[in-house]
Amino acid sequence: MRIEAGGTEIMKKLILNLLASLFVAGSAFAASEGIAWDKFPKERVNDLASLQNGAKLFVNYCLNCHEAAFARYNRMRDIGLAEEQIKANLVFTDAKVGDLMRSAIDAREAKDWFGATPPDLTVIARSRADPSKGTGADYLYTYLRSYYRDDTKATGWNNMAFPSVAMPHVLWELQGQQRAVFVDMPDPHDARKTVHVFKGFEPLTPGQLTQAQYNSAVADLVAYMQWMGEPMQGERVRLGVWVLLFLAVLTVIAWRLNASFWKNVK
Amino acid sequence: MADFKEVPADAPMAQKVTVWFENRFPTAFAEYKKHLSEYYAPKNFNWWYFFGSLALLVLVIQIVTGIFLVMHYKPDAALAFASVEYIMRDVPWGWLVRYMHSTGASAFFIVVYMHMFRGMLYGSYRKPRELVWIFGCAIFLCLMGEAFFGYLLPWGQMSYWGAQVIVNLFAAVPFVGEDLALLIRGDYVVSDATLNRFFSFHVIAIPLVLIGLVVAHLLALHDVGSNNPDGVEIKARKDAQGRPLDGIPFHPYYTVHDIVGVSVFLLVFSAIVFFAPELGGYFLEFNNFIPADPLKTPAHIAPVWYFTPFYSMLRATTDPMVNVLVVIVALGAVLAVLRGGVSAAAKVAILVGALVAVALLKTFDAKFWGVVVMGGAVIILFFLPWLDRSPVKSIRYRPGWHLWLYTVFVVVFLILGYLGIKPPSDIFTLMAQAGTLFYFAFFLLMPWWSRIGEFKAVPDRVVFHAH
Repeated sequence: MRIEAGGTEIMKKLILNLLASLFVAGSAFAASEGIAWDKFPKERVNDLASLQNGAKLFVNYCLNCHEAAFARYNRMRDIGLAEEQIKANLVFTDAKVGDLMRSAIDAREAKDWFGATPPDLTVIARSRADPSKGTGADYLYTYLRSYYRDDTKATGWNNMAFPSVAMPHVLWELQGQQRAVFVDMPDPHDARKTVHVFKGFEPLTPGQLTQAQYNSAVADLVAYMQWMGEPMQGERVRLGVWVLLFLAVLTVIAWRLNASFWKNVK
Repeated sequence: MADFKEVPADAPMAQKVTVWFENRFPTAFAEYKKHLSEYYAPKNFNWWYFFGSLALLVLVIQIVTGIFLVMHYKPDAALAFASVEYIMRDVPWGWLVRYMHSTGASAFFIVVYMHMFRGMLYGSYRKPRELVWIFGCAIFLCLMGEAFFGYLLPWGQMSYWGAQVIVNLFAAVPFVGEDLALLIRGDYVVSDATLNRFFSFHVIAIPLVLIGLVVAHLLALHDVGSNNPDGVEIKARKDAQGRPLDGIPFHPYYTVHDIVGVSVFLLVFSAIVFFAPELGGYFLEFNNFIPADPLKTPAHIAPVWYFTPFYSMLRATTDPMVNVLVVIVALGAVLAVLRGGVSAAAKVAILVGALVAVALLKTFDAKFWGVVVMGGAVIILFFLPWLDRSPVKSIRYRPGWHLWLYTVFVVVFLILGYLGIKPPSDIFTLMAQAGTLFYFAFFLLMPWWSRIGEFKAVPDRVVFHAH
């Protein structure tokens, strides 16, 4: 992965990592599988154009095998789409616009084909968070950009963020194909041995999008999934500001009221 | 019955209405006086005393939000997870109600832990308040049950496997364990039957007991009167009208005071509800956004944070730990016999008792003793009024090192909580074992250490600085 952070960002990361390592020191859990996660550009969750683009990618690429069976199509009105637009462009099954986003795939058949039932994606962004690695959106953003060619796997694909994943690289036509570069490094624990260390990806064939365009498309898709996991997250924060302001005023009034009652208690 | 009160014809309307009710429902007026307007509370309460009223507030929040959740929740293994998401998405304001309930669960424990520690600091469990403390411990026990049963209801992976782990603990009970676990689950694995009975316990059985205990806790408290940071009995000094000199009517003085506490509490509570309802995975665990899957065991199963100190003690009870307990029992018995002061018969009884204890410790599985340790860690709290032999109630007049000991106790409790969240490792297990021994030593040796040191003179009147 590229380093995009500036000097202060690097320091901040260093300190945060130090703090994080203090908390997970000695924990066998710290070495959970997969690479470190990239930061998902979270401002996209508040960008309607991104969310709409993400929704388009989601229904085109994800919803064929996965479901979002707790979310309804017409909730997408909240990201600036009219019911007519949703009906015309985003519903590919015979579902009604107020229906839950089910998939046509049969769970049992899917299990036969992939070896695993494709999980429901409604709250996937909420479920994949890991305090030592990042948010669920960070994970998805990393995961969807970490597929590489691996002929030892049945699907021909593997993933650095989710080793031996059952799902093939569905977005490969957009990203193109890449391979993972590993180098042999001396084992820090045992000088006689070497370890296989992941160095980065190398493009094999170009896709329809450039690398930057692909990253942006994935960011949009993840933004949509993050929004779908909790559609009222924006409203929650906006309302919260007013609630806290109200309570701050109430606290001041309560404090003065209390003081005036207790003034004469000797 | 009291005489019927008459109101002059030209009295104000408000007075007429009040007297009309007073003539027909005098009990309400008498109780209002007894528990609020003429309940004399010590005037030197500090901020520690907010947590009692806050616990009552959280109880109300949980009951009211719970009522609305039950309107939309479906206690059915096939529907439960989806119905929670339905509440979060399709029910108007459902997300707020659900977040208040989930945050309320954690808030309840924070507030109750603070409330209990206040009692420990100021000796609020000492005579004549033993029953107030015991009702409180029973409330804590109910609260743990309530939280445990409620946690299964969202039917996520953590709900499911957490329940599986805890119910399986009961299977470690000798002879009847398997049947007991079966009785609790209603099935051979956690299933729809389990969900239904847990729902019943969560919304009816335990809340009924809980509310009854809260009433008993408050009635008993108002009978004996509140303790205070000085541990001075305010009823010992009364004025000519029989009112405690250091007391002040609960209403309006403490109602208006508690509103400040409520307001600050709601600030923190709302900050979590609106800005961080998951609180980094501690209030809502990330894994619980994955529907329960009986075929897929999560790599790491940890209970919610408020159970982890006790869970840590459970995990600390390994075979080597049981051996340590054996040595402690044997040493204790030998010391008791050598120290003398007991009859020969008692000496024999102590030795036989110790032998039986050692035999039992080595006979049954360490897992069972883990359950005993975990349960014992809660049950031991009930005995606190008789374990504490300090000549004064409040920490203010106890030797300085007592305060340090209480501080260490809190730190150990927090460390045990932290360890309970983490997957076990050799060093963590050792730390948890040391912590567990400290926790029990703190209580079991209290009759001895609580008497030692230089105690300060307790004043006749409470220390009060006018505002």
